Amino acid sequence: MKQWPLSNLWKKLPEQVRRLSILGIILVAFFLMIRSLLIPSDFGKFGHYRASAVEEIASLPMQYAGQMACVECHEETVTLKGKGYHKNVACEICHGPAAAHTRDPGSVKLTAPRGRGYCPICHEYLPSRPTGFPQIVSNSHNPMKPCISCHNPHDPKPPQTPKECSACHGEIAKTKSLSHHVYIPCTRCHNVPKGHKISPRKFLPTKPSTREFCGGCHAKGAAGEKGIPQVDLATHGKRYVCWQCHYPHLPEAH
Amino acid sequence: MEHLKTQEGHAIERRGFIKKILQGCAALLFPGFLLAKTKKGRTKPWVLENGYNPAEHDWGMGININKCIGCGRCADACKRENNVPRAPFFFRTWVERYRIFENGKSLIDSPNGAINGFKFPADEKNIIRSFFVPKLCNHCDNPPCVQVCPVGATFKTADGVVLVDSNYCIGCRYCIQACPYGARFLDPRTRTAEKCTFCYHRIVKGKLPACVEVCPTQARVFGELKKKASPLVRFMRMNKIRVLKPSLNTEPKVYYANLDMEVR
Ligand code: HEC
Ligand code: HEC
Ligand code: HEC
Ligand code: HEC
Ligand code: HEC
Ligand code: HEC
Ligand code: HEC
Ligand code: HEC
Repeated sequence: MKQWPLSNLWKKLPEQVRRLSILGIILVAFFLMIRSLLIPSDFGKFGHYRASAVEEIASLPMQYAGQMACVECHEETVTLKGKGYHKNVACEICHGPAAAHTRDPGSVKLTAPRGRGYCPICHEYLPSRPTGFPQIVSNSHNPMKPCISCHNPHDPKPPQTPKECSACHGEIAKTKSLSHHVYIPCTRCHNVPKGHKISPRKFLPTKPSTREFCGGCHAKGAAGEKGIPQVDLATHGKRYVCWQCHYPHLPEAH
Repeated sequence: MEHLKTQEGHAIERRGFIKKILQGCAALLFPGFLLAKTKKGRTKPWVLENGYNPAEHDWGMGININKCIGCGRCADACKRENNVPRAPFFFRTWVERYRIFENGKSLIDSPNGAINGFKFPADEKNIIRSFFVPKLCNHCDNPPCVQVCPVGATFKTADGVVLVDSNYCIGCRYCIQACPYGARFLDPRTRTAEKCTFCYHRIVKGKLPACVEVCPTQARVFGELKKKASPLVRFMRMNKIRVLKPSLNTEPKVYYANLDMEVR
C-alpha cells in the first residue's frame, strides 16, 4: 500500500493546527505577492540594490565641461593662462559651469567676475592659509580699483617688481614688526638673490643654519649693542637649533 | 533475538522515512537550484550603456591639507554640478577651518560650507595651528550607511562608490544617523537621502569630479586605487596618509595627507 508521508502527516495533525497552517500558508502567499509587487524586477541583479539605479545616476547631465573643452574656441586664452600663475586655476572657477556654453556658445553666455570682491576669495590674507600662497589684505592693497585693472586675470603677475619683502611675505613682515627683532632687516638673516623678487621659487634666499648665527648677537660676550639679552651657547638649549624653540620672526622668551 | 529483530524492522522503517523526507526536500529546493543557475549565468561582466565597466575600476580621493587654501570653490562647484539645494544646510562636500589654541582648545567652523570663502577671524590671538580640512562622503569600503538601509536604496557598486537610489529611498533617515562623518542629508525637495557620489555621472565618462576639476591648488587628487600609474597611488606613496576615524573600521577611501591629529 503506497501512502504519501505528507498526507499521512496532515491527517494526523489536530484540527486546529490544520486550520492555523492554512491561514499561515495564505499569509505567506500574500506576503510573497506583495513583495514581488513592491520589489523592482532588477533588484538584486548585481547586489542588494536596483541595477537600473546605477544607470540612472550615471546618465545625469554634466554642468562642468573641464579645461580641455575650452581649447577648441579660446586657444589664445588657454595658452596664455597655461603659462602664468593661474595655470592650475580652472576657467570654470571664475566663469562658472560651462558645459552648456560649449554646446551652444551663441545663446549660453558666461559671466566674468570683474569686481574687486571676487579675487579675495582665494587671495585675502587668512592665517589658516598655507605659507607661500600669495595673499593680500584687500582693504590696503590698492583699494578702490578693480583687481583686473592691474592684474590680467588670465596671466596675473605683479605689474612691476616689488621693492619690499612685505609685498609677498606680508604675514612674516607683520609678525616681525611686532617682535623684539623689529629693527633687524630681513637681509641680515637671509641672503636674497637678485632673481627672487621676479621668480621667487627659482631663486630661493638662504636661511640661517647654525646656532652660532644667532650667537653672533646673543652669545655671552658677543659684541653688539647694549641690551641684547645674552645666553650661554654651550648650555642654553643645546642639541637644538635656536628656532626649534624661538620663532625667529617673533622670538619669545617667557 | 526477538527483541533485536523488531529493532531492525524499526530501522528499515526509519530509513525509508528519512529517504522520503530527503526526496521531498530536494523536490522543494529544485526550483531554487534552477534559479541559482540562471543567476550565475547572468553575472557576466556588467557594462553600462556608455561602455563603462564598474568592475575594472576602484576609485578613491586624496586630499593634501598643506595645499588647501580654503577658497571653497569645491563646495560651490559641487552644488552647481549636482543641483544641491543652495540653502546653507545641505552639502555633499564642504570645507572646515580648524583653529587650535595655546590652551589646547580647538575651534572648528565652516560658514555656509565655505561656499563664500572664509572671513578673517575675529579671535586670532593665541592660535598655535590653523588649517583647512575639506570633507565629503568617504565612500567607505565597509559602509555603515549601507548596512542600516532597510530597503537597499543605498549600496556600494563594483567600483567602490557608494550611491543612493533616490527613486527607491523611503526617506527613513537611518543612513543619515549611521554615517559617522555627517556626510548625508535629507533633500528637502524629494525627501530622500543625498550625498556625494564622487560625481559618478562624470567619472563614468572619464571626467574628474567637479570639486577636483575646480581645485586651484591641486589639494584634491582623484583616481584609481589599484592601478600602478595613477595620480592617487603616487599621492599615497609620496605622503604620509591618514583617514578619518580609523578606529571605526569603516575603511574610508578618502585619504588625507598632512592631517593634524586634532582632526576627527
Ligand atoms: C564651440 C566653441 C566654444 C567653446 C568650446 C567655448 N566657447 Fe566660450 N565663447 C564662444 C564664443 C563664440 C563666444 C562669444 C559669444 C558672444 O560674445 O556672443 C564665447 C565667449 C566666452 C566668454 C565671454 C563672455 C563675456 O562676458 O565676454 C567666456 C568667459 C567664455 N566664452 C568662456 C568659455 C569657457 C570657460 C569655455 C570652456 C569651458 C568655453 N568658453 C568654451 C565659443 C566657445
Ligand atoms: C581668475 C579668474 C579667471 C580665470 C581662471 C579665467 N578667466 Fe576668463 N576672464 C576673467 C575675467 C575677470 C574676465 C574679464 C576681463 C575683462 O573684462 O577685462 C575674463 C574674460 C574672459 C573672456 C572674454 C574676452 C577677454 O579675454 O576679455 C574670455 C573669452 C575668457 N575670459 C575665457 C577664459 C578661458 C577660456 C579661461 C580658461 C583657460 C578663463 N577665461 C579663465 C577671469 C578669469
Ligand atoms: C580659485 C582661487 C583663485 C582665484 C579666484 C584667483 N586666484 Fe590668483 N592665484 C591662485 C593661485 C592658485 C595662484 C598661484 C599661486 C602659486 O603660484 O603658488 C594665484 C596667483 C595669483 C597671482 C600671482 C601672485 C604672485 O606670486 O606674484 C596674482 C597677482 C593673482 N593670482 C591675482 C588674482 C586676481 C587679480 C584674481 C581675480 C581676477 C585672482 N587671482 C583670482 C588662485 C586664485
Ligand atoms: C614676488 C614676491 C616675493 C618677494 C618680493 C619676496 N619673496 Fe621671498 N618668497 C616668495 C615665494 C613665492 C617663496 C616661496 C614660498 C614657498 O615655497 O613656500 C619665497 C620664499 C622665501 C624664503 C624661504 C626660502 C626657503 O627655502 O624656504 C625666504 C627666506 C624669503 N623668501 C625671503 C625673502 C626676503 C628676505 C625678501 C625681501 C628681500 C623676499 N623674500 C621677497 C616670494 C617673494
Ligand atoms: C593699482 C594696481 C593694483 C590693483 C588694483 C591690485 N593690485 Fe595686486 N598687486 C599690484 C602690485 C604692484 C603688486 C606687487 C606687490 C606690491 O608691490 O604690492 C601686486 C601683488 C599682488 C599679489 C601678489 C602678492 C604676493 O604675496 O605674492 C596678489 C595675490 C594680488 N596683487 C592680488 C590682487 C587682488 C586680489 C586685487 C583686487 C582685490 C589686486 N591685487 C588689486 C597692483 C595692484
Ligand atoms: C633674526 C633673523 C631673521 C630675520 C630678521 C628674518 N628671518 Fe626669516 N627666517 C629666519 C630663520 C632662522 C628661518 C628658518 C626657520 C625654520 O627653518 O624654521 C627663517 C625662515 C624664513 C622663511 C621661510 C618660511 C618660514 O616661516 O619658516 C621666510 C619666507 C622668511 N624667513 C622670510 C623673512 C622675511 C620676509 C623677513 C623680513 C620681514 C625675515 N624672514 C626676517 C631668520 C630671520
Ligand atoms: C643682529 C643681531 C641679532 C641677531 C642675529 C639675532 N637677534 Fe635675537 N635679538 C636681538 C635684539 C636687538 C633683541 C631685542 C632686545 C630687546 O628686547 O631690546 C633680540 C631678542 C631676542 C630674544 C628675546 C626676546 C624676549 O622675549 O626677550 C630671543 C629669544 C631672540 N632674540 C632669539 C634670536 C634667535 C633665535 C636668533 C637667530 C635666528 C636671533 N635672536 C638672532 C638681536 C639679534
Ligand atoms: C630647548 C629650547 C630652546 C632652544 C633650543 C633655545 N632656547 Fe633660548 N630660551 C628658551 C627658553 C625656555 C627661554 C626662557 C627661559 C630662560 O631664560 O632660560 C629662552 C630664553 C632665551 C633668551 C632670552 C634670555 C633673557 O635673558 O631674556 C635668548 C636671547 C635666547 N633664549 C636665545 C637663544 C639662542 C640664540 C638660541 C640658539 C643658540 C636659543 N635661545 C636656543 C629655550 C630655548
